[in-house]
Amino acid sequence: MEADVTKPSLEADLERGLSSVAGKIAAGASGISGLRRLSGGASQELWRFDLTEGETRTPMILRRAPGGDRVSETAAGLEIEAALIQAADRIGVPVPPVRYVLSPKDGLGRGFVMGFVEGETLGGRIVKGEAFAEVRPRLARQCGEILARIHTLDPADFPTLKRSTPAELLAQWLGAYRATEWPRPVFELAFRWLERNCPPPPTQPRLVHGDFRNGNLMFGPGGVRAVLDWELAHVGDPMEDLGWICVNSWRFGMVHKPVGGFGDLGDLFAGYEAAGGPPVNRAAAKWWEVFGSMRWGVMCSGMSAAFRTVDPSVERAVIARRTSENELDLMRLLAD
Amino acid sequence: MQDQPFPSEIIAAVAEFLRTTVAPKSDPLLAFQAKVAANALEMARRQLEQAPAADAAELERLTRILGHGGDPHALNTELAARIASGDLDLASPGLADHLWATTLAKLAVDQPTYAAYRVALAEHGPGAGGANNKITEE
Repeated sequence: MEADVTKPSLEADLERGLSSVAGKIAAGASGISGLRRLSGGASQELWRFDLTEGETRTPMILRRAPGGDRVSETAAGLEIEAALIQAADRIGVPVPPVRYVLSPKDGLGRGFVMGFVEGETLGGRIVKGEAFAEVRPRLARQCGEILARIHTLDPADFPTLKRSTPAELLAQWLGAYRATEWPRPVFELAFRWLERNCPPPPTQPRLVHGDFRNGNLMFGPGGVRAVLDWELAHVGDPMEDLGWICVNSWRFGMVHKPVGGFGDLGDLFAGYEAAGGPPVNRAAAKWWEVFGSMRWGVMCSGMSAAFRTVDPSVERAVIARRTSENELDLMRLLAD
Repeated sequence: MQDQPFPSEIIAAVAEFLRTTVAPKSDPLLAFQAKVAANALEMARRQLEQAPAADAAELERLTRILGHGGDPHALNTELAARIASGDLDLASPGLADHLWATTLAKLAVDQPTYAAYRVALAEHGPGAGGANNKITEE
């Protein structure tokens, strides 16, 4: 077909491959149409397409490892990610429904197909947009309730997920910082504080989402519609998730609203405990917030090396220069 | 002596060109990238303008805290090591003020619109009177 020749080959390949598994995504579906790539980071490929069944078109999302098979070292793996989302779905966590997990014989690489969920993920609109003014006061409590539910998932069902104590994670990120070979007195201060205040290994390790924050949540008029991006899930201290959503980087300018730029700690913690989560250790949650600012800061500063080697893009350079935002946040957390 | 206009003026003009000429005539992705590029140039311009004074002030503070002079990278490396070893901490004379001043100077170049920077500037920037001058966030 002439139209296919002009399309980039990856797109044409994916379109052919998805069409051939259409019947597995939904019984009765005969093909797909309207495939297009959505913006996505380097660690993921996101595609949107319509599943066709007669005249009916059902929007779907394909999440695929970049290039089909590259998986980052920290990522849980696409198949595990799909299994996590399915398990979360079964216990009432709002997630995009997983419709089909790719198998090697599909020739589509590694990944899975999800139902399309309509909603807003842009953090700035959640914290400031008029459309969310009414629901905003309820979001922190909802986040607490959802996290409590996520933390009831049984780690034993996911034996390949990474298991780390707070002290091990701290040592790992200290190593990552040292590897940047750029002196940052503020980070040193943060590492000292984190070492001195490090929580003990959790008595009952839980399944931790790992990236539960404004930006990775989809919102609608009633609140949280879907928890996205499960790729950093691991087993550890459940307080990590409560701290990470408070990191200032995800407040989108609303610095006085610690929970995602939209809510207060009291609501987050109350929702968490009311929904059956373990008693909140406020000191540990604060520790994880400091850890989160440090971790995102070290990640940003690592962009400098990436910029000079594998990805000399302007965007990469600009993210590297966001390291100082985290230094400022750490100063506000530790020296104010 | 090099000629006029100055680098910071040329950079500002290119940033303005990207923002007002290139971006409106580009598809959404390219327009976004053009704006990112304009922002990056503005950052470079701010650094050219601000770094000489900010670096000199930082060097002076480092020299005072560490008790000797040297090149800025070496002094920062030494300061980092002394904080890591516990030899210096926030209670050490001048350290907290130094870290605040240095961090605020970085943000003034990197991200002057960062909301937490605006708050911190009011509390810890030049002219802030310490606790009495503290603004609340609520």
